[in-house]
Order: sequence, then structure tokens, then C-alpha cells
Amino acid sequence: MAAPKGIAGRALGNRSLMVGVILLLLIIVLAVLAPWIAPYDPNDQDVVASLGAPNAEHWFGTDFFGRDVLSRVIWGARVSLFVGAVSTAISMLVGGSIGILSGYVGGRFDQAVMAVMDVLLSFPQLIMGLIIVALLGANLADLILAIAITAVPPFARVARGPTLSLKERDFVEAGRALGFSNLRIMLVHILPNVLDDLIVMGSLWLATAIRTEASLSFIGLGLPPPTATWGSIIREGFENLLDAPWLAVFPSLAVLLVMLALNMIGDGLRDATDPKAAVS
Amino acid sequence: MLRFVSLRLVMALPTLWAVLTLVFVLVRIVPGDPALVILGDQATEQALVALRHRMGLDVPLWDQYLQFMGQVLRGDLGISMVRNRPVWGEVATVLPYTLELTFVGILLGVVMGLPLGVLAAQHRGGWIDAVARWTSLLGLSFPAFISGILMLLLLGVELPWFPVIGNAPFSNPPAHFRALVLPALNLGFIMVAYVARVTRSGMLASLSEDYIRTARAKGVPARLVVWRHALRNALIPVVTVVGLYFGILIGNSVLTEIVFNRPGLGKLIVGALNDRDYTMLQGLMVIYALVVVVANLATDLTYGAVDPRIRVR
Repeated sequence: MAAPKGIAGRALGNRSLMVGVILLLLIIVLAVLAPWIAPYDPNDQDVVASLGAPNAEHWFGTDFFGRDVLSRVIWGARVSLFVGAVSTAISMLVGGSIGILSGYVGGRFDQAVMAVMDVLLSFPQLIMGLIIVALLGANLADLILAIAITAVPPFARVARGPTLSLKERDFVEAGRALGFSNLRIMLVHILPNVLDDLIVMGSLWLATAIRTEASLSFIGLGLPPPTATWGSIIREGFENLLDAPWLAVFPSLAVLLVMLALNMIGDGLRDATDPKAAVS
Repeated sequence: MLRFVSLRLVMALPTLWAVLTLVFVLVRIVPGDPALVILGDQATEQALVALRHRMGLDVPLWDQYLQFMGQVLRGDLGISMVRNRPVWGEVATVLPYTLELTFVGILLGVVMGLPLGVLAAQHRGGWIDAVARWTSLLGLSFPAFISGILMLLLLGVELPWFPVIGNAPFSNPPAHFRALVLPALNLGFIMVAYVARVTRSGMLASLSEDYIRTARAKGVPARLVVWRHALRNALIPVVTVVGLYFGILIGNSVLTEIVFNRPGLGKLIVGALNDRDYTMLQGLMVIYALVVVVANLATDLTYGAVDPRIRVR
């Protein structure tokens, strides 16, 4: 196979990346169109149909309150994708800024910042998320904040590494000689060179963020009922595992599909931005 | 080697101090008055004052910090506010279950992941490489509670090979180990993904080194070249990944313990969160911090064992 040139070319030539992107786009479209394609209102109760098996009317069956599981899974995609995307964006922005600033300033400041990041990093991510959510409460904004906080240190690390070597390069030196402000050098000259790494990391962290949201929700610390989230549907299914296994299985498959799509994208992006990895 | 070990031990102390401080700060930034949260709105002022005193919340923050550090140093984690029993006692009864689960999980992950990675690198592009690739992709994709539930449905309910509840006591070894199989496999499966992946890329790198060609040229059997010469040099990144993975493993063990209804730190922390048992939470965080610091230390020491050059530095 002829090796395509450039990142875009390599990305197009990467099958797992393409499959992942198509899968993810499909799920995003489903989530966005939820009000129009979900066959029922996700919170409509029908006590007669409690824990019904999958049938022609309810493809994924019904839950304990007789709510349509398919509709709840479709609506749940909105919560998962929104919480995941916003929290990853926040941690990318905050972590990336901290990393670039820390690397650019250097010296004692850099050492102190990175020491704090290392301590935060050393605490198990899910435990940290659990405790922050428990302390803050479980509304949408606090949930996003809790998940974002746990991801700041890794992004700071990823941004700091390249910054350390970039700031010694000639083009940064030239910028300084021309009298550019430090802010301008960081934003215009360093950021674009760090962005690739941040984006690859972001696609992998999006998966972690969505997994964390689902896990918190499964433990019972996610958004309060009756909001349909994948984790909370799985929790209900887990409580009725013997009578109604479909209740746990369908939302599980939904989570799995998103995770697969994101991991395929992450792997593909890594191969595309790092030619060495693609060869090995 | 002794010098190396003691140096690492000393270097772990500042980290431990910093993590303990983090725990103290985290528990103190709770919005609102813990005493009010525990006793509720109906509580009398007297009762609130008494509880604050009992919890040591009526002294300046700086004194609270010193008291906290002093207690931790003496191995005293305080009294659970809800259960009214020493936190350390509650932790000690379930800690063996969690340690056992994580240890066997890591072991399974390494025992299955290493050979898979080596074979995948050896037969690059072949079917075993494809198996390794898909195993890693699935392992990285599965949230631990979902793989646990699916395993439970498949191997506990549909094919009732294993018990659905994983809490058989240590005093009944056969039942105990049968109950350990599914939870440990659940942790191990996710671990395999990480181990196989780094082993494969490490092996691909080390198999193309000059000393491998030299070994082949002088007639060392192929099996020895792969499993001794090449693997030994591919091990460093594997150790790194196992160490880094430890934090994720602890999170996954919480989820696994819930799914398989196993006693352990996971069920303890979820109970403490639901009951707003702040002293229990603080104690558990201290334990988690200790476990992580010890795991990092163990990772460093393993580097020294795998690569003698690191000991000298």
C-alpha cells in the first residue's frame, strides 16, 4: 500500500479510525434526534407493562415502571455524550493551560505545579470522582465539574512535556526577539504544536469521562431520577437481573458501542499523528 | 540493592504527606456543617455543639490538621460517625478481600497478557495478533461493572458454573476460591488489555535490536531468544503500565465488589458516601492513599529488579 502523506492522508487511510468516526456520528445523530425518533416519552409510566420482555411494541422491553427501555436508552445517550464532551472540554482547556503555562514559566513554579498535579494524579480517579460528587451534590453542573477535575492533571502533563522543548526552539526565541508578549507566544506559537497531543488525549479521555459518568450513575451518585442515564438504567436492570436481564443488557451494549467507537478513534488518531506507531 | 530500597522508601514519604494533606483538605471543603448534616434540622444547639466537640471540629483548622496527622501516624483512623465503631476495625475486616481480589486480578492479567503480547509480536499480522488486538480493544472499552454484569449473567445465571454472590468466607477455602473466580477474571480481563498491548509493542521494538540478531547468529534457540533475551527488555514498559493501571484497578475493584456483592473497601466506601459518614470516608481515603503510595513504591522496586542499571542511578 502506498503510504499517504500527512496527517489527514494517514487518517483517511486508517480503517479503524473511519469505522470509529462513523459509529460515533451515528450515535450522536440518534442522541440529537431523540425527541423525534424515540418511540415513547422516556418517562411515561405504564404499570401494566412492568418489566415486559422485548416485543414488537417495545423493542428493548420495559422497566419496572413500564417505561420503554429503547426510548430511555436513546435519551440516555444525550446525558452520556453531553457530560462526557463538556467535562473533557473543560479539563482539556484547564489542564492544557496549566501544562503550557507551567512548562513555559519553568523553574520553581513548574516544579510546584507539577508536584500538585502528581499528588492529584496519584489518587484513584473513580474514588476521587465519587468523593467530589458526594461532596458537591449530583446536579448536572457539579457532575460535569467533578469528572472534569479528575482529568486536569493528565492533560497538564501532556501539554507540559512538549512545551519544555518547544520554548527552547528558534522560532520561540525569534518571537521573543521581536517583542511578542509571553501570552502571544504561548497561544500562537506553542499551543498549535501541543494541540495534536491534546486532541489524541482528548479522544481517549472522552471514553474515560463517559465511563466515569456511567459508573457514578450505576453506583447511584449520578443524576437523580427520573432522568434516563445509561448507568441508572443498568442499575435498575442489575436489581432485576434474574427477572428482566434485557433491562441491563441493552444499555450496556450502548455504553460498549460508544467506548469501542472512541477507542478506535483514539487508536487511529494516535497512529495518524505518530507515524512511528503506525509502522510498528 | 539495600541502598536503592531505602532511598526509595525515603522518597515516598513526601508523597505520602502530600496525599494525606489532600485527604484532609477534601474532607474539610464539604459545604455546610457536618454536625448539622448528621443530626438533621431538628437537632438542638446543645447536641450540635457536643457532636462538633466529639468530632474535633470546634478547634482551629490548623489544630485539626495537626491532630489528623498525629492520629494517622499512630495508626488511629478515628471512630465511624454512623456505625460508632473504630474505622480501622471496619477496614481491617474487609481489607483482605479487596487485597486478594486486586492481587489475583493483576496476576491473571499478567499471566494471560504477557504470553498474548509476546505471541502477537512474534506472529505479527497473523490470527493471534488479531486476537490480541481485539482483546485489548474490548478490554479497554468495557466499564468494569458492565463486563461484571455480563459475566454474571453468562457464567452465573445462564450456565450456573459459579456462585452469583462472591462473599464466601476465608474459613471455607473451596467455596471461597470458587467465589473469587468471576470477580478476579473481571479485573484480570481488563488488565490483559493493557498488558498485552504494551508487551506487544515492547517486543516488536526489542526483537529488532542488534543483540537479538547476534543471539540468533550464534545459534541461541529461537525460544530462548524470544522469551529470555527479548522479553526481559520489553518488561520495563509493562511494569510501568501495571503501576499506572493500579489507580484504575482500584476504581474497578469498587465496581466489581458491588456487582458481585463481595465484601471489601468498595462496598464500605459506597456505604459511607450514602450515610454521609465523614470519619469513615476520611479513614478510607487514608487507606487508599497508603495503598497507592505502596503500589508506586512496589513499581519502582520492580524496575530495579527488572533492570539492574536503574539501581545504580
